[in-house]
Amino acid sequence: MSVQTAARHGSAGASSPARFRTTLRPPRTRRRSRRSVALTLLMGLVLLYSLAPLFWLLVNATKTQDGLLNSFGLWFDADFALGDNIARTATYDGGIFLRWFANTVLYVVLGAGGATFLAVLGGYALAKFDFPGRKAVFAVVIGAVAIPGTALAVPTFLMFSQMGLTNTPWAVIIPSLISPFGLYLMWTFASEAIPTEIMESARIDGASEARTFFQVCLPLLTPGIVTVLLFTMVATWNNYFLPLIMLKNPDWYPLTLGLNAWNAQAATAGGEAIFNLVITGSLLTILPLIAAFLLLQRYWQSGLSAGSVKE
Amino acid sequence: MTMTSPQVAAPTGEATPAGRTTRRTSRRASRRSWAGWWFIGPFMAVFALVFLAPIVYSIYLSVFRNQLIGGTAFVGLDNYARALGDAQFWSALGRVSLFLAVQVPVMLFIALVVALALDSGRLYGRSFFRISVFLPYAVPAVVATLMWGFMYGTRFGLVGNINQAFGLNLPSPLSSELVLASIGNIVTWEFIGYNMLIFYSALTVIPKSLYEAAEIDGAGQLRVITAIKLPAIRGAIVVASIFSVIGSFQLFNEPSILKSLSPNTISTYFTPNLYAFSLSFSGQQYNYSATVAIIMGLITMAIAYAVQVRGMRKER
Repeated sequence: MSVQTAARHGSAGASSPARFRTTLRPPRTRRRSRRSVALTLLMGLVLLYSLAPLFWLLVNATKTQDGLLNSFGLWFDADFALGDNIARTATYDGGIFLRWFANTVLYVVLGAGGATFLAVLGGYALAKFDFPGRKAVFAVVIGAVAIPGTALAVPTFLMFSQMGLTNTPWAVIIPSLISPFGLYLMWTFASEAIPTEIMESARIDGASEARTFFQVCLPLLTPGIVTVLLFTMVATWNNYFLPLIMLKNPDWYPLTLGLNAWNAQAATAGGEAIFNLVITGSLLTILPLIAAFLLLQRYWQSGLSAGSVKE
Repeated sequence: MTMTSPQVAAPTGEATPAGRTTRRTSRRASRRSWAGWWFIGPFMAVFALVFLAPIVYSIYLSVFRNQLIGGTAFVGLDNYARALGDAQFWSALGRVSLFLAVQVPVMLFIALVVALALDSGRLYGRSFFRISVFLPYAVPAVVATLMWGFMYGTRFGLVGNINQAFGLNLPSPLSSELVLASIGNIVTWEFIGYNMLIFYSALTVIPKSLYEAAEIDGAGQLRVITAIKLPAIRGAIVVASIFSVIGSFQLFNEPSILKSLSPNTISTYFTPNLYAFSLSFSGQQYNYSATVAIIMGLITMAIAYAVQVRGMRKER
């Protein structure tokens, strides 16, 4: 990875590796390290703001429905019911939560996986090929990005409804396949990560375009791919509006719709209030993504620095 | 989460996407051929289906009206005229504009301060700060809204706890006066980290030689920030602003979910998006709903474009 780093960040020079290994500090800061307690405390407020709600979620996932009502919100109740809550979440209403979990995984694997695949191929084409219509592709994709997603929602729903796709997983998966952000990120990443000379020598050796891409170029794109995958995963895992429009049958709900339905249940006449399950379900919903972000930190942070946001 | 217009400003054919000049030689193979379409083709095919076709269909829908008698009739721009005279639409637009004017600057300012603090190297536990502040981004809007919604509760939420413990009588964050601010808080919480990362990534690629030059000139931290760092990341600030404009005008998830916790304070036309949604899926007024969505799309694009033009002009 460090080889690519050096290649990609020719102009950034010595600072680049620091972004990859978060434990290393750039020479600059090590040299004149004047860490400030006051600044750290000030930033501690933002940290508190960011983490307190997550702590609240964790604490309250350990409480019974009664405990939620009768104990202080930011500390544990005497009755530690996390295991019980998880078991009830998983089995409530015939285990529908597990079904929602499986649906979400399905949407993420096919939607985010597919979106990443298309973005990698497309970004590679934009970065490394000069083809007729290249500028038009760029203009159309960038232009379409500025259009609010919801402006597309109603016509997409009507189109899919005529095609018989609504209320099926496809209605959620197909629109998730397009990530203009992913395309852009891969384009910037590929233009810097793949030296044209490598592609040319592969061609001289008689490799086909497909072989050049999969065997020579794809490995070089790994940090970019991980970044795009993470961001498309977040987008599909957290997707709410699209499935809300497309799906009526709770059996196809993703977790987000399911949790909202559980929460809304308390407000309906005769509905059982299951806020403890809503809270425990919420905790279970966010854990996989948080784990993914923590584990893949150095990949996505480097991928992001190299790509989108640099001017 | 989309990368938008700022890049349009770059000459698309010649510069590298990131606008860098140093490694231009390796940009792409020079042969001009159709081979690239093997790779971009699949993306464009799906893109046409889920982006281009709905846009065209949306425009088509907006010039028709479904009447009880006589079926669907062509009505020209009548739907647009109706929207422009629609008090509910204007009230929704006014609400998100207020939201945009207050929430976005607050959020971007905090994000910028955190990014600068991280970049200054004067923080203890920097990587812990960075990942922790970013984490809320990974939390779905549904979970974020439910969490905050429960905490806002005056009966058994944190606000209720505080009232009880201190004998206070704090107003409910879900009351009609405060609910927009409460939503702003949720959105701020969700996106500080994301914007911080945009700023921070831009800060990390500023050439270090600039700092050394500033040090030799005897510039202090504040001067370095105003004279070097902020101008250098102007592009990132413009990008983040445009995302936030688009996000504000599309506000939907948070009010829509909060509605079940607080049905009386959030109307069906609370935001333009919620309005378009209600028109379609409760009112079956697909044609008018498409019109509202198109108008919002045009307004969003116009403002995003204005932000970009203004942001880029100042650069010179």
